[in-house]
Amino acid sequence: MTADYEITIGLEIHCELKTKSKIFCSCPNTFGGEPNTHCCPVCSGFPGVLPVLNKTAVEYTVKAGLALGCDISRYSKWDRKNYFYPDLPKAWQTSQYDLPLCRGGGVAFKGADGEDKFVRLNRIHLEEDAGKLIHEGGVTRVDYNRCGVPLMEIVTEPDLHSPEDAVAFLTELKNILKYTGVSDVKMQEGSLRCDVNLSVARKGGPLGTRTETKNLNSFRSVLRSCKYEAERQIELLESGGEVVQETRRWDDAAGEGSGMRGKENAHDYRYFPEPDLMPVVMSDEDIERIRATIPALKQQRIDKYTAEYNLSDYDAALITADVAIADLFDGTVAEGANPKKAANFIMGDVMRLAKEPGSEDVNIKITPAQLSAMLSLVEQGVVSLVAVQKEIFPKVWGTDADPAAVVDKLGLRQSNDTAEIEAAVKEIMAANEKVVNDYRSGNTKVVSFFVGQVMKATKGKANPKVVNEVLSRLLKG
Amino acid sequence: MKIDRKEVLHIAELSRLTFTEEELDAMGEQMGSVLEKFRRLDEVDVSDVPPTAHILPFVNVLREDKAAEPMPREELLKNAPESDGSAYIVPKVLE
Repeated sequence: MTADYEITIGLEIHCELKTKSKIFCSCPNTFGGEPNTHCCPVCSGFPGVLPVLNKTAVEYTVKAGLALGCDISRYSKWDRKNYFYPDLPKAWQTSQYDLPLCRGGGVAFKGADGEDKFVRLNRIHLEEDAGKLIHEGGVTRVDYNRCGVPLMEIVTEPDLHSPEDAVAFLTELKNILKYTGVSDVKMQEGSLRCDVNLSVARKGGPLGTRTETKNLNSFRSVLRSCKYEAERQIELLESGGEVVQETRRWDDAAGEGSGMRGKENAHDYRYFPEPDLMPVVMSDEDIERIRATIPALKQQRIDKYTAEYNLSDYDAALITADVAIADLFDGTVAEGANPKKAANFIMGDVMRLAKEPGSEDVNIKITPAQLSAMLSLVEQGVVSLVAVQKEIFPKVWGTDADPAAVVDKLGLRQSNDTAEIEAAVKEIMAANEKVVNDYRSGNTKVVSFFVGQVMKATKGKANPKVVNEVLSRLLKG
Repeated sequence: MKIDRKEVLHIAELSRLTFTEEELDAMGEQMGSVLEKFRRLDEVDVSDVPPTAHILPFVNVLREDKAAEPMPREELLKNAPESDGSAYIVPKVLE
């Protein structure tokens, strides 16, 4: 049944910008906080106040637009989107209607089926985020801390045709936005949210009627709600029904969507030009100045890593999967570390500590200087790699400790003292004559037994290179 | 020209306002006469006036991105019809 239908999906992605202050006032733009402690008369909608536009919010939107291949508007303006709901105290949202900051552009990504795909963007506009409503005990409490946080809305064309591709696209979009540095793109904190427009149609037939599911705040709920909604629409059509154009909500705990009631569904925003804000004009020089602030994006770094550092495509992809990881890698190499060794350490040890369980976010708690210093200690034979991995790195993580000082503090300085190692080897050989004879009669594998014993005797401090050299010399007899 | 009842009710609903029967009638009349006055603008010949998004000749009125102290919450909530000292309280609304 499902195979007879084609699903069509378009997304609206809301992304909070990482500015220092709100979009129209100088209240701090920081996540959370006690309710209504990041507010002033402007963002709380007191009568008679005037908004003044945040320059950085405009530049960040243009920066994101340039990274996504958009055309930047030379002239854009502000509009009031009127609706009466307590999350916006003015009874309208200041937004952009017919002249948004960015138009067009798109995102190339690998589809869930492995095919190269492209989603066109319709537009990106800038607006203010709304406050938070807490429904409890028969009343609704309103917190305007988030009200007035600069919010970028990215609208795609309906170019997606499966729930899995919607997630693959979102993953790539999130990645690009994170690289540009304009947003934290943390879905858990709501700095990236998504509305899904979805319709189904018989293959080859005209497009079906679409529904809009609002405010999805994880990739998982995007995937599940898309699947749910596609199935619901197909079942409706198969049983002779019709899809009604409506706004729907998704209940992630229950795993089901539901239509909003008619009254909540009545949208008539009566947009009109915002008289309190002046238009924004961008010159070619402005645009080029902003373009110059975009850091090297993912693909550029992959190209550099594979061509200059000889990393494999796989390793380059892993390291660039998150800009924080890529920045750590670049910084560590810039400090003089060997790229291949830095890459291995980052992919294994760093990633293990940086990925918090159950989160899509990465938290790096080590500096490039610290990482480079640890790798250099191994390189110089001061400590073994194992000692760094097991003892030093976990102690340096999340602190500003100097790795060399940690080595001394823990007494992990590697011993290169051949005489001392020889003494240890001789003692062990004397105590294990049978194994020595095994070795001498050709069972050379038992050498690992001696390595283990020497390491134990020297508390892991013996330089493995020296141990191997001493062992092979003395065991031969 | 009176605005019909259906339209008045629609706008009232969007604004979350309720009117008595008499008020609905009066509102239809008043809104109609406001629109009638604005309709006179249609008579002006603007064929040689370039379109604009704003009546004032300014663009790029921008603020540097600097955070400042927000308003003390106590003061912010002082005029709220109802609050619990940390949040505004409004009648329960369904999302």
